[in-house]
Amino acid sequence: MIAEVDAAVTRAFREEWGQIVATLIGLTGDWDLAEECAQDAFAQALQRWPRDGIPRRPGAWLTTTARNRVTDRLRREAVGVAKLRETAMLSAPDEPGDDAAAVSGIPDDRLRLMFTCCHPALAFELRVALTLRTLAGLTTAEIARAFLVSEDTMSKRLVRAKRKIRNAGIPFRIPPAHLLAERTASVLGVLYLLFNEGYAASAGADLVRQNLTAEAIRLARILAQLLPDEPEAGGLLALLLLHDARRAARSNAAGELVPLEDQDRSRWDASEIKEGVQLLEAALRRGRPGPYQVQAAIAACHSTAPEAADTDLGSDRRALRAAVTAGALCGGEAEPGGRGGHARRTGRGPGAGGATGGGRGAGRLSPAAGHPRRSAPSSGPYG
Amino acid sequence: MCRDGLGGTVRYMLLICGDDEAHKAMEADGSFLASCHAWADEMQQRRVLVTIGGLQSPSDATTVRIRGDQVLLTDGPFADTKEVIGGFGLVECADLDEALEVTSKHPAAKYGTIEIRPLLET
Repeated sequence: MIAEVDAAVTRAFREEWGQIVATLIGLTGDWDLAEECAQDAFAQALQRWPRDGIPRRPGAWLTTTARNRVTDRLRREAVGVAKLRETAMLSAPDEPGDDAAAVSGIPDDRLRLMFTCCHPALAFELRVALTLRTLAGLTTAEIARAFLVSEDTMSKRLVRAKRKIRNAGIPFRIPPAHLLAERTASVLGVLYLLFNEGYAASAGADLVRQNLTAEAIRLARILAQLLPDEPEAGGLLALLLLHDARRAARSNAAGELVPLEDQDRSRWDASEIKEGVQLLEAALRRGRPGPYQVQAAIAACHSTAPEAADTDLGSDRRALRAAVTAGALCGGEAEPGGRGGHARRTGRGPGAGGATGGGRGAGRLSPAAGHPRRSAPSSGPYG
Repeated sequence: MCRDGLGGTVRYMLLICGDDEAHKAMEADGSFLASCHAWADEMQQRRVLVTIGGLQSPSDATTVRIRGDQVLLTDGPFADTKEVIGGFGLVECADLDEALEVTSKHPAAKYGTIEIRPLLET
């Protein structure tokens, strides 16, 4: 039973953490309170599920428990009477964790949270750290390890990010239509970097680092589901899946990287490739190609060729069509990770990297997306 | 939405900065002042603008410090930098996104830099 509960809590943590935190932030606007109460709910699950059994809908149980905790805390602290009223008002019977809420057109709080975490007014490294903490539920220590900085540094980074959101009035919402493309690009840029960081970690590297690829895919999947009209979201998910599909074949027994042309293609994950190609085709059908779709198209050429020699980028209809159109879009500044993203500064972002995805099967998708120290000036939609 | 997620507004100080070159460019732009006024009118109509002002040159500045019981005056700005504050605006917005939109429309943004600083609310 204990093992069963552990597994259930672990699974619920992975699947529900972001949703619960997002819901609580939506209710209270208090990021720290949201995180603490979400944590409390999981701690309570560990205590109570062995005794009471695992609830039929763990997500709903956790959300309710976390929300009750918020109410308790606000009442006890006797501050924020308005907040408390608000919380009570919003504690409607339909659980935000309910799938019905997601499909009924009620905007998902996780989507709001993604846009807030990846707001261009936050330095890129803050966006990355915040996304991992609030959406993926990694601990500060884990994020610090993943980015090879001290826990103290990462902790300060997170504190600063949350303080700026609060003090500068960064909104918790899905951006209006005229900002959506730019802001989506910023979210995609963060997920892209997360994947790259994990992908670049060698087989022997810290598991936390390697897990970044899984987190990036998971979040990209949520984003693509929640933004069905943004083909670049589908394009990014396709790109990540197509690269992840080659993971097993990327290193040999000694842990050394194996170049793409020498990889044992039977070890590629056929189902991931299939899903990636399907997602890419669905995205391209929307007729709004972008850098991630182009890269995914190139990756698809490689992934679907039976032998390296069969890879024919030039004649592949998908790649060509996407590349031609997107070439016109990106121009010389090819820079998909988004205005305001990391790509412009390094000049080696996903788009500028061109065919890097197909490269020698080594290292990152692009030579070194890196995570810059400061956010670049972004050419926004305001001017 | 606002910073506590429950409605309300945030006040932001817009610090309009620029170096010599930026200031020369603003002076050379014949329609600059008119567009500043147009911006102020628009923001006043939108009930965003609290106040706005342009500043004389930093060479006209006097800085004051009190150390012990001595009042120390210095002729000049508090920091001798290439970029100086040439003007300011105080705006009240729903959130940072609105402040960004408002700031991006200010004609000085084309020449200099505008720093958006949320006010410490008490």
